[in-house]
Amino acid sequence: MPTEQSAPILELQDVRIRYGQIEAVKGISLQLHRGELVCLIGANGAGKTSTLNAIAGTLPIASGELRYQGQSITTQPAHLRVRQGVALVPEGRGIFTRLTVEENLRMGAYTRHEKQAVEADLERVYSMLPRVKERLAQVAGTLSGGEQQMVAIGRALLSRPKLLLLDEPSMGLAPLIVEKIFEVVQTVVKEGVTILLVEQNANLALEFAQRGYVMDGGLITITGSGDELLRDPRVRSAYLGETEETP
Amino acid sequence: MENLLQQIVNGLVVGSVYALVALGYTMVYGILGLINFAHGDVLMVGALVALQVATLLHKFWPGLHPLLILAISLGVAIPVCMLLGYVMERTAYRRLRNAPRLAPLITAIGVSFLLQTVAMIIWGRNYHSFPPLFPTIPLEPFPGVFITPVQVTILVASATLMVALIMLVNRTPLGRAMRATAENHRVASLMGVDTNKIISTTFILGSGLAAVAGVMHASNYGVAHYSMGFLPGLKAFTAAVLGGIGNLGGAMVGGIVLGLVETIGAGYIEQLSFGLLNSSYQDIFAFVILGIVLIFRPTGLLGERVSDRA
Ligand SMILES: Nc1ncnc2c1ncn2[C@@H]1O[C@H](COP(=O)(O)OP(=O)(O)OP(=O)(O)O)[C@@H](O)[C@H]1O
Ligand SMILES: [Mg+2]
Repeated sequence: MPTEQSAPILELQDVRIRYGQIEAVKGISLQLHRGELVCLIGANGAGKTSTLNAIAGTLPIASGELRYQGQSITTQPAHLRVRQGVALVPEGRGIFTRLTVEENLRMGAYTRHEKQAVEADLERVYSMLPRVKERLAQVAGTLSGGEQQMVAIGRALLSRPKLLLLDEPSMGLAPLIVEKIFEVVQTVVKEGVTILLVEQNANLALEFAQRGYVMDGGLITITGSGDELLRDPRVRSAYLGETEETP
Repeated sequence: MENLLQQIVNGLVVGSVYALVALGYTMVYGILGLINFAHGDVLMVGALVALQVATLLHKFWPGLHPLLILAISLGVAIPVCMLLGYVMERTAYRRLRNAPRLAPLITAIGVSFLLQTVAMIIWGRNYHSFPPLFPTIPLEPFPGVFITPVQVTILVASATLMVALIMLVNRTPLGRAMRATAENHRVASLMGVDTNKIISTTFILGSGLAAVAGVMHASNYGVAHYSMGFLPGLKAFTAAVLGGIGNLGGAMVGGIVLGLVETIGAGYIEQLSFGLLNSSYQDIFAFVILGIVLIFRPTGLLGERVSDRA
């Protein structure tokens, strides 16, 4: 467990997000500590994607505060947050379909100018995701969903994130690929990257996560360690489908 | 036969000017989904600024070498147009980024009127003869086929610029960021791309090309005036649509094809129309092509995908 006294790498204070008249996120607060893997679960429309987008900076917040590494980033534009180490793998992957796989990956390193380090990181991503390496020259739009997700994750890693936000990386993918993706996630956490993971596959996510938050209707309703949430009867009935326990 | 060859030469020359202008339309469309109808007027500003500079140089340094005059005129006209493109986007289009599609379109037409009016106030309504900056003796590469040094320069310069642009867009980090932004602004910004800067750069590049095209156009025809941008602008737009708007290669192909059809067509328009029309009606071809493409192949020659923004 991370110590309570270490300053959080990310802190949301009473964050609200609106789309016109609709309030999608109604005042949430959460903290992430360095090196943690925290998951955010909740039903469709709970406000998970909105929250991640607000942290990454592509969605403005209506009120509240975002603090990253002790500083307010509430009004900082997305492209500057990347430079400070915040990376988002967006819902639906956000692959540049007309660029090649290699160009997609290199876009991840857009803000970096140390050539050799970038090449080394590319090699590292290839070794983590061998299927990606076979398709470097292919136009990314022609990749399978699983391959696109790998490219999206690899691309995010190439920015050398300190905080990695993953929005439903397993969505619509076969179990084998989901397993592979979780393997990568664990490798990344071991390297000290802090991860906030949004997952429909709550069972799997809570198993790996140290802590979790449950969102419902724009609010955080339950929070606790991964094990606590896995045992929580409210979580079990609402998000774990009780019967389909996976090992 | 010489006749046809001659028309092909002329068509290539006209077509490469269209292509340069079409690139500006297509780049801006690709990245913003906006048809910048004021783009043709940037060409006009380029031509008139160059003319102004050339005239002043003639007056104050009478013996200056014409090629030096050309270089200095371009050296002024290009940055002026680039600045104009930048200012246009910053002041008129940026605030309409999320407005309904009709708003920026109408604004673009407004900007076009504004530029023409300002140019008319500065340079008057008259046609200005564009100073001959090249030797005027035509070359005769084949018997009976003539090409002027101006035309040779136009062909070489536009080919060079097009290759340079293709390299920039396909081979450099800036070009990659431009393509990424064109596909998805939001995700591009997640990569750390300052998409506003990329959009400015797009306008600046397109306007620089239009400035060069303006000087070429004015040199080729020997005149410049405040509304000279309208027709080539419309034709370049046609070329961009013909090639598949948003597609750089398409804009080049579209420009060349349109130039060829227009000049070759002009030679046969009397026969084609049973004596009803003569070659002064050659502008008709551009609009017939525009109509046909929009009806039968709105994605253009090279546009494989229907744009999701259209
Ligand atoms: N662009 C938008 N315009 C209007 N309302 C939106 C927009 N995006 C999201 N919403 C609304 O905001 C609420 C939260 O959406 P959000 O996408 O954040 O939920 P989510 O938890 O990620 O859901 P899911 O599990 O389906 O991905 C929903 O009610 C949704 O309808
Ligand atoms: Mg979502």
